[in-house]
Amino acid sequence: MRSFEYTSARSVDEALAGIGPDAKFLAGGTNLVDLMKGDVEKPARLVDISALPLTDIAATPAGGVRIGAMVRNSDCASHPLIRERYPLLSQALLAGASPQLRNMASTGGNLMQRTRCYYFYDTAFDRCNKRVPGSGCAALEGYNRIHAILGASNQCVATHPSDMAVALAALDAMVEVLGRSGARRIPATQFHRLPGDTPHLDTNIEPDELIVAVELPPNGFAQRSHYLKVRDRASYAFALVSVAAALEMDGNTVRTARIAMGGVAHKPWRAMEAESALVGRRLDAAAIERAADASVSGARPLHDNAFKVALAKRSVARALEVAGGAA
Amino acid sequence: MSRDSHDPPSEARRRFVLGTGALGASLGAIDALGAPKDAGNNALAPEATHRVRFRLNGETRELALDPRVTLLDALRERLRMTGTKKGCDRGQCGACTVLVDGRRVNSCLTLAVTLEGKEVTTIEGLSRGGAAHPAQVAFLERDAFQCGYCTPGQIMSCVALVDEYRHGMPSYVSRDVRPGAAIALTDDEIRERMSGNICRCGAYVNIVAAVRDVAGGGKA
Amino acid sequence: MNGKGMIGDPLTRVDGPLKVMGRATYAAEFEVPGVAYGVMVRSTIPSGTIASIDSTVARRMPGVLLVMTHENAPRLPAKGRAAVKPPAGREMSLLQDAAVRYNGEPIAVVVAATLEQATDAAAHLDIRYRAADAVLDFDQAKKDPKPAKMLRGPAEKKWGDAQSALERADVKVDAVYTTPMEHHNPMEPHGTIAEWKGSELTLYDATQYVSGAKETVAKTLGIPPEKVRVVCPFVGGGFGCKGSAWSHVTLAAMAARKAGRPVKLVLERPQMYGPVGGRPQTEQHIVLGAMRDGRIVALRHEVLSHTSVFEDFTEPSTQPTRALYAWPNGDTVQKLAKMNVGTPTFQRAPGEATGTFAIESAIDELAYELGMDPLELRLRNHADVEPSSGKPWSSKKLRECYEDGARRFGWSRRSARPGSMRDGRWLVGWGVATATYPAHRMEAKAVAIMNADGTFTVRSGTQDLGTGTYTICSQIAAETLGVPVQKVRFELGDTRFPKAPVSGGSMTAASVGPAVRAACLALREKIDAGGKAPLQAEGSAKPPAEDEEKKTHAERSFGALFGEVRVDPELGILRVPRVVATYSVGRILNAKTAASQFQGGIVWGLGMALMEESILDRRTGRIVNANLAEYHVPVNADIGSIEVAWVDENDTGFNDIGARGIGEIGITGVAGMVANAVFHATGKRVRSLPITLDKLL
Repeated sequence: MRSFEYTSARSVDEALAGIGPDAKFLAGGTNLVDLMKGDVEKPARLVDISALPLTDIAATPAGGVRIGAMVRNSDCASHPLIRERYPLLSQALLAGASPQLRNMASTGGNLMQRTRCYYFYDTAFDRCNKRVPGSGCAALEGYNRIHAILGASNQCVATHPSDMAVALAALDAMVEVLGRSGARRIPATQFHRLPGDTPHLDTNIEPDELIVAVELPPNGFAQRSHYLKVRDRASYAFALVSVAAALEMDGNTVRTARIAMGGVAHKPWRAMEAESALVGRRLDAAAIERAADASVSGARPLHDNAFKVALAKRSVARALEVAGGAA
Repeated sequence: MSRDSHDPPSEARRRFVLGTGALGASLGAIDALGAPKDAGNNALAPEATHRVRFRLNGETRELALDPRVTLLDALRERLRMTGTKKGCDRGQCGACTVLVDGRRVNSCLTLAVTLEGKEVTTIEGLSRGGAAHPAQVAFLERDAFQCGYCTPGQIMSCVALVDEYRHGMPSYVSRDVRPGAAIALTDDEIRERMSGNICRCGAYVNIVAAVRDVAGGGKA
Repeated sequence: MNGKGMIGDPLTRVDGPLKVMGRATYAAEFEVPGVAYGVMVRSTIPSGTIASIDSTVARRMPGVLLVMTHENAPRLPAKGRAAVKPPAGREMSLLQDAAVRYNGEPIAVVVAATLEQATDAAAHLDIRYRAADAVLDFDQAKKDPKPAKMLRGPAEKKWGDAQSALERADVKVDAVYTTPMEHHNPMEPHGTIAEWKGSELTLYDATQYVSGAKETVAKTLGIPPEKVRVVCPFVGGGFGCKGSAWSHVTLAAMAARKAGRPVKLVLERPQMYGPVGGRPQTEQHIVLGAMRDGRIVALRHEVLSHTSVFEDFTEPSTQPTRALYAWPNGDTVQKLAKMNVGTPTFQRAPGEATGTFAIESAIDELAYELGMDPLELRLRNHADVEPSSGKPWSSKKLRECYEDGARRFGWSRRSARPGSMRDGRWLVGWGVATATYPAHRMEAKAVAIMNADGTFTVRSGTQDLGTGTYTICSQIAAETLGVPVQKVRFELGDTRFPKAPVSGGSMTAASVGPAVRAACLALREKIDAGGKAPLQAEGSAKPPAEDEEKKTHAERSFGALFGEVRVDPELGILRVPRVVATYSVGRILNAKTAASQFQGGIVWGLGMALMEESILDRRTGRIVNANLAEYHVPVNADIGSIEVAWVDENDTGFNDIGARGIGEIGITGVAGMVANAVFHATGKRVRSLPITLDKLL
């Protein structure tokens, strides 16, 4: 690990004053400290934001909920408001990492975590456009079993590893950020980028901005939602494919549908086509199958991950079945 | 025909093991070495720029540290408290599990300088005044370990798990996460909640039994 | 605690208190005053030479004491190869030249006052290479196979006339089975603290073989062995990868000599994929021929496995073939494919784990071809003598194992047709397999001491890697001396103690146990003759014939494995909720620790079956998943019910305590059993491990 200067911010203003091009915010450290040990991240300065008053979960006047950026993943997952109104988010959080890591990781940090692509994570691989822009993408012709089937480019086929972010995308969350130029809100569905020809950029947050909260709008999904995570072992592993599915029903008919997938793209993948295919329809096997098909439309498998197409499709179907109460 | 067998938890469980068996005698010898102290190894290091003050197993500690030093390395290399183990150093195995402010965390990803004012509990701090913690007794009696390297982390996780469960924390395998839905501590719940602690010797079956003992379920 | 401490009793581990208190001292935890920290640096190309290592920046960094490379490392006798005698004495990477032979090979050691300083400095070396062509594709490398050499027995073994018998056979199975490269991943990383005091060297080393490490390092450095002491009272798992003294052990000694300070060199987890061995991948071609009545008349088993370009290691997958079933005609062949990767090594049940996957799968395929119950087929082909040699077994109770296991599992309730058993969404499959592992023992010595205070100390230079050596030796000593086990203290893990063999090959109990018994008998004699404390007596034990061929009996353990799998056919998810196993392993020395060993081995087998695989990037030769997040070993949630038992057996033909050893048999047969159960559930025969969900979708 490179040497760095460490400061601890006591206020949001102090944190914003302390950030700069060679500095990073330190929250739970579960991803940043790991990447620093691997020399993937080499900040010269760390600004510890864990003491900032961003640890509340509170109902909003609109009937939604606001989650502070420093709320630990485990606290969020077990909070009565989240479990009551957004069980999908609770489930997604509980699917991630391990109990120890969930106790450390923060809402903001979870959004900011970086890909687990082998060629990004191990600096011995010198071709990684995300780490070294313009150097190439070793995964494209390499072993790409865990990589993207949707939205990738020929410069980067990495996936975003977060479970929480998939649920936030499905729930149409808003990410509140604060920068020197003021506050703004970024929809969760637009927080993470597609790689395109800028794979070195994971998110649409500016380097001098700080996530302060995530806000969830009210919704009617609590009764019918499900987070499904499919992985190579039963726990403590990243998703091959994951699905956050949520439904609002009028009797047997779908009023609103949300389907977001993890493990398939550089960002949580909202399957809008699949959602539209369900709205106004009876939630039967045929409708679910149509939606599942639509969810992988445009999929482009790589040499080692063709199985993800079928897996994603079937996982969407399964998640919808469980969410709809049929399974 | 013999079977896999284990003895029921003994009544004298809290009396524990000091002085039982010749290896237990060496426990006394280790205690006699005295309380661990700051090795001062890095006293001359120019990067030892940060003072941090925290409580460790009930005692106040003040260290001057290179900010890169993790809690794990502070324990093992500075404070000579080697009960907490380094398995992977990257948050991928759980061998380094300790409690910070009562919650289980991976000490390998915790920068020691972030511990100001916090309460750290390690395996060494579990047994108070020579009496073993029920989790230690349970692991011993259930043979919930083999090589012993992941064991302190497993035991710390076990202690935290019971606490989390009693506070109503759900898990990924809980059928219904909504508050009000009862969560029973089934074997599957224990397995999921202990999955952040890898045991390469494969003592999982006995680990689950030991955790069940501690959680108060007794034998299934 | 519990149990009186007699042999066989489920005595709680005597080292247990230390372990649960966090007070067991492992190699990197010994307090050595003045210790400095060494960090290993590894190559990032698979083949070629180091053109330059510029350490200018590194050497100027805070706390840095030494950057050791091939340019300034101490010159060793025979270019560092004095102890080379594969597979016991490995070819190591000791900075004696600029050659690079695999991606991840050790090429430098950086020493600094703190771990953080050493790690940072290690990242500041400017290394340039001259790359050469590398062999990184197994499918290419196998086109030029090399002859193999087995540790025990010849690489090719024929008995009868398999060719003709196959031609006469009614039914044939002809299939290729593959297993991937794997790595051991014990929880404790390899590590050594090297301390010189004048010309004497002490190594606190994480090892399964203290005397081997001592001899290897002494010979390699060119110093008298009596100048080297190795200490290892506790090792945090080995499974074979700590049986050899790998490069880092000697490098630590070299760095300490050069830096003039003790050096602690601990491997980072990614550094445990390559420099300390792993299991090679295998490609196994099996042809089985049987008659309609189920008698197997012949088999051919050809195995290709990989090794490095600089040392041959053979995974002996045809070893179990020579013993498993009563096939009168057999033809087994092993070949090697050389690649630019780290040299493989013994990994839990070498050959037996991989060979039983292929054989047990092939037998199962034959059962379906014949329309016969797979258990019935195995019983029909039970080997009453060792098939390849005709030798009688020293003791074998496999039939009882099949019977006991089948009964406890409920095998008779199995409906034969694949896909015929379901539970809601899940397809259910039941599989059976035979487990097997040879019995080994080597010469060992011990000393028994009666202390003035009435207690006893017994010592042997053996190891405990979670295997329970401390405990069973205490029990053997206590029973032989006729005293309560609480009065006995057993000590191990020090080359100052009487010599004992490697804790590998499941042979510690079978080797050291008799030596402990001999020493205690000798001490009893002295006591009975009126001797007063302090009093001591030595003892040793050695097998009558170390040479395989000269033995009159075949010595091998067996077991019967039954398991249930559940497959979610839409998502490909595979779970193994239930395993039942019964073993014939000779005498069980401690019921508690034995059960743990069997269970642990089965967990290893499940890892092998379901998830373990080291993935080599074909262009760079670097292992892409060299960490515990992406190299998957089972976690707690992967493991369901595992119920083990054993038959009463006392193999005093093998040694005088009647025990054959149990450390490795647990993994054998498991992958075959899982593959068989998967076929029963789904009708899909998966012939390549691991059985990941993409193979079931």
